[in-house]
Amino acid sequence: MKERKDDYLKRREHLKDMSNSELRKYFLELSEKIVDPLIDLSYKNTSKSIERSVLLRMGFSSIQAKAIVDILDENNLLKKGAGHSVYILSKKNNWDLQKAGNMIQNGEEIKYLLEYFKL
Amino acid sequence: MKTLKPNEKLDVHKILDGLENYHPKRRGWVWRDISPQTIGEFTYEQASPGLKNFVPLPSARNIGNIDPQPDAVITTEIASGRFEDDIRRMRMAAYHGADHIMVIRTAGQSHFDGLLEGTPQGIGGIPVTRKQLRAQRRALDIIEEEVGRPINYHSYVSGVAGPEIAVLFTEEGVSGAHQDPQYNILYRNINAVRSIVDAAESKMIMAYAGMAQIDGAHNANATARDAWKVMPELLVQHIFNSKFSERVGIKKENICLSTVPPAASPTPDLKLNLPYAVALREFLSDYKMRAQMNTKYMDSSTREATVTHVLNLLISRLTSADIQSTITPDEGRNVPWHIYNIEALDTAKQAMVGMDDLLSMVNLRSEGYLQDKKREIQERSILMMEEIINMGGYFNAVEAGMFVDSGEYPERNADGISRDISGGVGAGTVIERDKDYLAPVTAHFGYNNVSQYNADYINDPSKLIGGCTFEKPEMIKFIDELDDTDNVYLRMEKTEKYRTGKLLKPEVEWLGDGTVVVDLFFPTSSRIAEAAAIETGKKMNLSSVEVIHKEILHPSEGTRIQIKGTFDFDIDVDKLVLPEIIKSYSEDEVIAFIKDNPIRVVAGTAGNDEHSVGIREVLDIKHGGVEKYGIKYEYLGTSVPIEKFVDAAIETNSTVIMMSTIISHDDTHYKNMIKLHNYAVEKGVRDKLILIAGGTQVTPEIARKSKMDQGFGRGTKGIQIASFIIDKLREMNK
Repeated sequence: MKERKDDYLKRREHLKDMSNSELRKYFLELSEKIVDPLIDLSYKNTSKSIERSVLLRMGFSSIQAKAIVDILDENNLLKKGAGHSVYILSKKNNWDLQKAGNMIQNGEEIKYLLEYFKL
Repeated sequence: MKTLKPNEKLDVHKILDGLENYHPKRRGWVWRDISPQTIGEFTYEQASPGLKNFVPLPSARNIGNIDPQPDAVITTEIASGRFEDDIRRMRMAAYHGADHIMVIRTAGQSHFDGLLEGTPQGIGGIPVTRKQLRAQRRALDIIEEEVGRPINYHSYVSGVAGPEIAVLFTEEGVSGAHQDPQYNILYRNINAVRSIVDAAESKMIMAYAGMAQIDGAHNANATARDAWKVMPELLVQHIFNSKFSERVGIKKENICLSTVPPAASPTPDLKLNLPYAVALREFLSDYKMRAQMNTKYMDSSTREATVTHVLNLLISRLTSADIQSTITPDEGRNVPWHIYNIEALDTAKQAMVGMDDLLSMVNLRSEGYLQDKKREIQERSILMMEEIINMGGYFNAVEAGMFVDSGEYPERNADGISRDISGGVGAGTVIERDKDYLAPVTAHFGYNNVSQYNADYINDPSKLIGGCTFEKPEMIKFIDELDDTDNVYLRMEKTEKYRTGKLLKPEVEWLGDGTVVVDLFFPTSSRIAEAAAIETGKKMNLSSVEVIHKEILHPSEGTRIQIKGTFDFDIDVDKLVLPEIIKSYSEDEVIAFIKDNPIRVVAGTAGNDEHSVGIREVLDIKHGGVEKYGIKYEYLGTSVPIEKFVDAAIETNSTVIMMSTIISHDDTHYKNMIKLHNYAVEKGVRDKLILIAGGTQVTPEIARKSKMDQGFGRGTKGIQIASFIIDKLREMNK
């Protein structure tokens, strides 16, 4: 930011007549205005770390989770959810989650996934 | 493992055994049970129940060994680089009142894209891994049973692997964590968008686990050029993370602000810090306060740091603290050592108990400087938020360098931290979720199309897979060691000989490190003193000698120097000559004997000595002194001339003289003993009298050499003296 002298007294004009509780209320309102767009952004997006955290919760080790997410990412599949790919493979083939994960990790089911998700 | 006894060492091997099958006994944060406590004749208002096993403050020795516990959870940060050694420190800390153990991560972990595994050694902290967490949580599960109070375990959910770490922490029973995307963005240069998106997931997981969340705002005053000028921004950073967390779903009572009094004396500490503390607590009253101590203005003087920290504690007591964190007074010169964790904990406990219920006696003024300044800080923070919104929101403000500018907002010095929204570690790695996006797990934040497979599971997505690790811990995959050259077993093998307790070496952080500190004064200038100190260390047979603290007493008359060095010798415990154990009879035996054989004592402090606390301890019935067992005493007072002890004994027909002699300067205490003996001989009564000397610097052996019948040192109990008198009388009456 550009250098700027302290102009607090000028800027505060609209605040100076507020009571302490009005001031606090205004402070909290402003915070919501700043935070709400960020909540919205987070709601709609994911990341490799989020997807790995999903796989950890599905019972994969950190090493497996990293490998599965990397290959799904290379194939533009993370937007469907890494856990999603594991889930549909396990359901379709009646495999346990570990086996479904291993198959993705080995690259064997990527083609099927791309077809399934119509990518 | 069974419950530990205070006289048993915690076996780290046993902690590591079978770790792959261990699961923590509970999740989530635990506050202290705050309620007034009456201990002896004192009632504490801002207090919590006492511990089953503890080490009280040193002076409690003279106050019935009481150990009142304040209301706030008390934090200590332990991370020496070797988690196995930290476990021992955690146990010591718990005995001194810590119930929040914070583990600092090793340098660089926040840029590691994924989880670390195994137990490599760390630098400036420890690598946080599943194995390390599980071992320490397992140890704390044992230690909390021992002290009788839940212990919160804590580390950091930050970096580019935040959500994974949050899952790991939930699975391993970590009770609290730092989580604040602003920390990633401003201080770790991790991409802002990625940090925000990851933070929402992390916070959701933490909310599920009931973890307490601590923010990272305090880093702004540690980073800013003049810490007191970032106060308006601190309010902004605090509310930003708190509101974000609340929106994601963390309960308000688990959202904690990491607040540090930004300034330190020699600034007018309270004039700067108190209005800020009031401003913050008023605006963010929905949340909890984690009061941290100042680190920004710490130098190498542990004394100076302690005074700063006590002033910080005064602010906690003048306002509020739900968690009182402690900074070790050596943090200005090294990664904290055992003794300083304990000193910092004792400082907090002592000050908080000492200032108990302060606000029932003093008020903060409701008008004048305090209120005006508070209001000004609050208004400045509002103006800053208005400008952030006008700029187009948070990311634009970060890009413009709005944060950590050295000017007090709205003043700007054009030196803030600026982060490109499309730059930093992990830039461009955020992916938009498609309409059919799915994550079939618990505690997942954001869009999740569960209904495409089963609409009944919308609130419980993990039912799609029959439950995830949060419901079924047996699903967790434990990885042991990945590095054959850097792990806990290799480190422990090297120090095994010290683990048995048969060999000892002085230690500051790691078993067998051999580090010692020598405190020196030289009557010369600092430059010469420093060189002389290093030479002194070498001549004391220390290796790796380093100056760790230097203080000028006068430019030419003298300099104080503290050096550290390594003492490279083992001490064989079997070859040590241990001080004698002073025996005592049971209370009933002593009372019965004295009933049949009445005993009179004259007592006082000798010569020019005004220290009377110790002698009252061993005399008065109230403190369990000899009076309790039926011994009658004549207290002669303080600074009693040596002759008067003997004359008074003759006059009152007493058989025992108890002389307290604290001053040890120039061996005064031993000279007093010989003088007492000689005067009794001169008066012809030596063989009829039992002469006892006591004091903090008295040892039994030297007292006997100085012609006393017995000497008693620090920590003596009345019953030990009474027991000795009985033995001696029996011997004299033979």
